[in-house]
Amino acid sequence: MNAFQKKLLVILVVLAVISPIGIYLPTAFNAEDAWGEWSTETVEKLVGFVPEKMKEVADLWKAPIPDYNLGDEKSSFTVQALSYILSGAIGIALCGLLLYGLSKLLVRKKE
Amino acid sequence: MHIPDGYLSPQTYIPLYAVFAGFLAVALKKIRETLSAKNIPYLGMASAFSFLIMMFNVPIPGGTTGHAVGASIVALVLGPWTAVAAVSVALIIQAFLFGDGGITAIGANCFNMAVVMPFVSIVVFKLVRGRASGGWRVYLGSFLAGYIGLVAAAIVTAVEFGIQPLIASANGRPLYAPYPIEIALPAMAIEHLVLFGVIEGLVTLLVLMYFLKNDRDSVYALKEVK
Repeated sequence: MNAFQKKLLVILVVLAVISPIGIYLPTAFNAEDAWGEWSTETVEKLVGFVPEKMKEVADLWKAPIPDYNLGDEKSSFTVQALSYILSGAIGIALCGLLLYGLSKLLVRKKE
Repeated sequence: MHIPDGYLSPQTYIPLYAVFAGFLAVALKKIRETLSAKNIPYLGMASAFSFLIMMFNVPIPGGTTGHAVGASIVALVLGPWTAVAAVSVALIIQAFLFGDGGITAIGANCFNMAVVMPFVSIVVFKLVRGRASGGWRVYLGSFLAGYIGLVAAAIVTAVEFGIQPLIASANGRPLYAPYPIEIALPAMAIEHLVLFGVIEGLVTLLVLMYFLKNDRDSVYALKEVK
């Protein structure tokens, strides 16, 4: 890794540390979910019913850290913010490792 | 723009899985042919950047939230095929670990944000840039690459949502995503045209300027005009 790449890595870590802005701003400006990413409860409020198949499939997968939050919606901002930063760090580590592994694998195949 | 489980019917998400798999296979082949040792660290960082930038939710006051994706700048710096791999890895991690985007919708989400977006971005950049090697054409080109790239991804996503009531209804009731295209399309297009696309454009412009200053030779989109 050259000096510029190391600088970029530091910037990524900084982005993870300040990422809680991304949960603070929507609350501060009273904004709701992204369009089309509603929970089944919200869909029921919006259209009056939960589509039959949506109900069956919606909770197919139990993510280990749902919504980048180790607590829940009612947890304090501190808990949510720290979870968010941790999620960002996990993201950096996994993206880095997976792409590094993948490129090593591809380069070896070439030789 | 991360479609959750239960919003797309199998007749939508299965073909999109297949299309995405095709693009990913070509992407891996292209990466193998062109990857240099110097660029290996950039791949993981590009993926991590996309992962992180998607965490910065931006509100429309009193409305919805959205975010940039980072696929445009990855396409400009590392090329669209590398962007396919880097952004889709970020999206797959988001789906499995954080429940952001559905498991059934991984093919669709990767198609929208990791295929449509980087290719639209690179085409827009090339059109605006022409033969210029710097100056306003390069700056405007990078902003528009991000802006139009994200809007295009949003439109494709909205179409996938919007066709669900047409192709998967029973007794006049939608089985999956409930809103028809005449609602889904304007809703998603307008919010991305007005706000989120502008943010993607600015992110693309700023990061490109940073690269031009520090490692211009690596920038894929500015290699010699063929």
